[in-house]
Amino acid sequence: MKQVLAKADAGCATSNFLAAALGRLPGAGLVPHIRARAFEAYERAGLPHRRMEAWRYTDLRTLIGEVLPLAPRPDAAALARAKASARLVAVDQAVKLVLVDGIFAPELSDLGELENELHVQSLREVLENSATGAMAGLVLSTTDDAVISLNAAMASDGLVISIAEGNTIRRPIQIVQVATGSSVSAFTRSYLQLDKGAHATVVQSFISAEGASGYQANDVLIALAGDEASLSHLRIAADAADAVNISSGIIAVGTRAKLDLFSMTCSGSINRYQGFVTLGGEGSKLSANGVNLIKDKLHADTTIVVDHAVPHCTSRQKFRAVVDDCGRSVFQGRIVVRPVAQKTVASLSTRALLLSDQAEADNKPELEISADDVTCGHGATSGALDGNLVFYLRARGLSEKDAQMLLIKAFIGESIEEILADNLRDFVTAQAEHWLQERQ
Amino acid sequence: MTLLEIQDLHVGVDSREIIRGLDLMVNAGEVHAIMGPNGSGKSTLSHVIAGKPGYEVTGGQILFRGEDLLEMEPNERAAKGVFLAFQYPVEIPGVTAMNFLRTALNAQRKARGRGELSTPEFLKKIREVAGSLNITRDMLKRGVNVGFSGGEKKRNEVLQMALFEPSLCILDEIDSGLDIDALRIVASGINGLRSPERAMIVITHYQRLLHYIVPDYVHVMSKGRVVKSGGKELALELEACGYAQFETAA
Repeated sequence: MKQVLAKADAGCATSNFLAAALGRLPGAGLVPHIRARAFEAYERAGLPHRRMEAWRYTDLRTLIGEVLPLAPRPDAAALARAKASARLVAVDQAVKLVLVDGIFAPELSDLGELENELHVQSLREVLENSATGAMAGLVLSTTDDAVISLNAAMASDGLVISIAEGNTIRRPIQIVQVATGSSVSAFTRSYLQLDKGAHATVVQSFISAEGASGYQANDVLIALAGDEASLSHLRIAADAADAVNISSGIIAVGTRAKLDLFSMTCSGSINRYQGFVTLGGEGSKLSANGVNLIKDKLHADTTIVVDHAVPHCTSRQKFRAVVDDCGRSVFQGRIVVRPVAQKTVASLSTRALLLSDQAEADNKPELEISADDVTCGHGATSGALDGNLVFYLRARGLSEKDAQMLLIKAFIGESIEEILADNLRDFVTAQAEHWLQERQ
Repeated sequence: MTLLEIQDLHVGVDSREIIRGLDLMVNAGEVHAIMGPNGSGKSTLSHVIAGKPGYEVTGGQILFRGEDLLEMEPNERAAKGVFLAFQYPVEIPGVTAMNFLRTALNAQRKARGRGELSTPEFLKKIREVAGSLNITRDMLKRGVNVGFSGGEKKRNEVLQMALFEPSLCILDEIDSGLDIDALRIVASGINGLRSPERAMIVITHYQRLLHYIVPDYVHVMSKGRVVKSGGKELALELEACGYAQFETAA
């Protein structure tokens, strides 16, 4: 029988569950107190539902209903299965850091290869040694979003990465999050700090080991890109076909700093990626892009909130969705321009390609502009492949499948080409092509 | 040798009959011009030969080298050597002309049981044909036909014709949207591809094109049939008297 951690409909999950889990969750000093407060915040709100505007298309109460019990600590067999899967998604040249069922696995990670400028600790380490609770408070901070609060209460492990002023980390840092269990959940939370002028690329890959099914992953990444820093962040969600992945990114960008964000969802059952980006330093730049590749009954929601809090910042967003079968893609892009944020330049383009009659795409751009000297624009479209284009290609010798494939590749390429590093662009392209091949 | 044989072809769109009992025979080495007023079924004929979806063939048959063309997918027809130069070539953003040409050429070669071309072989072949058509490297790096002028799009069609080496070329109003200079370049490209093994069907409204591409036969289409066939002098007669005389004949 499935053990239920938190019943959603009641909105009042039993704190006993947290109490039971606390024994297994890391944290000294004030940490249990921080967790309890976060759990209370979650309990007050319960799982998000459709009457909340931000969750309008992704009603977790009906889609997942309940939060599953914590995954057990991975044993040797689970680690071996995780290792085999992690190898398949390794980015060329990357420093790999692996989390298995929510627990950092140093034996699967490239800790020996860390560049000196790169400081990496596990969240567990940080929470256990956090005598004052200051660092814990930072890492476990919450917003008014219930899934982020729940994550703060339940986070079992993660990575705390910092890069000191002026340093450039040449190799991409790849955090591979592997699920090996079934009908369990994993809560991970990572914290990334780039000091002034630091440069880094962080790839997050969500995957499953063979045999894993019906699990839930809840991840939070908190990142600070200091003044003049440059952070490139890619996330690729390729979970088991019946898994749930709810990920949140909370990223602050400093003066003249630059954030390149790319999110791809190509598997899993219920996916929600929510990115909250605050452009908090003048002259900062955001390029946020992504692709949802959806088939079967997959539900993939990408929600990006960009807060232009100061003047002279730029944000550009380009999202593409390819939806087949009974899949549903959601894209919500909210751009907030504060009264002081004059000279803001913000653009948002979201397009969906529907490959079947049952496919659904919901695009919701929202512009909330409180300054008058700004340039903001958005565009949203959805439609089928153009039959005239398909015929032109077929008349030139391409099979229907190849013609469609070429056009779909061109369509998602509009977003993928925004990835600056050649090897990462190729990596994402290869994953997308794999999806396209499988589709046929 | 007979390349194309159309017998008593009937074609409808949305239960409206557009082609109503058309016969046409085209041998290797011949150039046939099909002329006729708007709505006479010329473009429909070219689409049906190429295999465009949306048309219902209600009677008759089309044989290509004795094989039933109507049973083949559009890409199979292309591999067999049927090439349609589109009246309105489409723009395909995100697919570079170079990538498109290579993908299409290799797909056809594969279907014909020949190996794929290596990159240097392909580039050499492209250079051979692009230069004479005034197609620059820059154009080939852009998305297929994206931002191309009318003349550039038509030149790109002729480039593909040269590259794919089809045995039957159907040119659907290749002269539309072309100024006189562009028309000369396109026509000379097409004339360069005339050969004893290759046949062409030139569909046009105007006799003007036939000054540049001189046909062996001219057919007049009206209301979905060929109502008169003759030599190249028939085109001159049409120029002088117009199509009106055939409207009643149909």
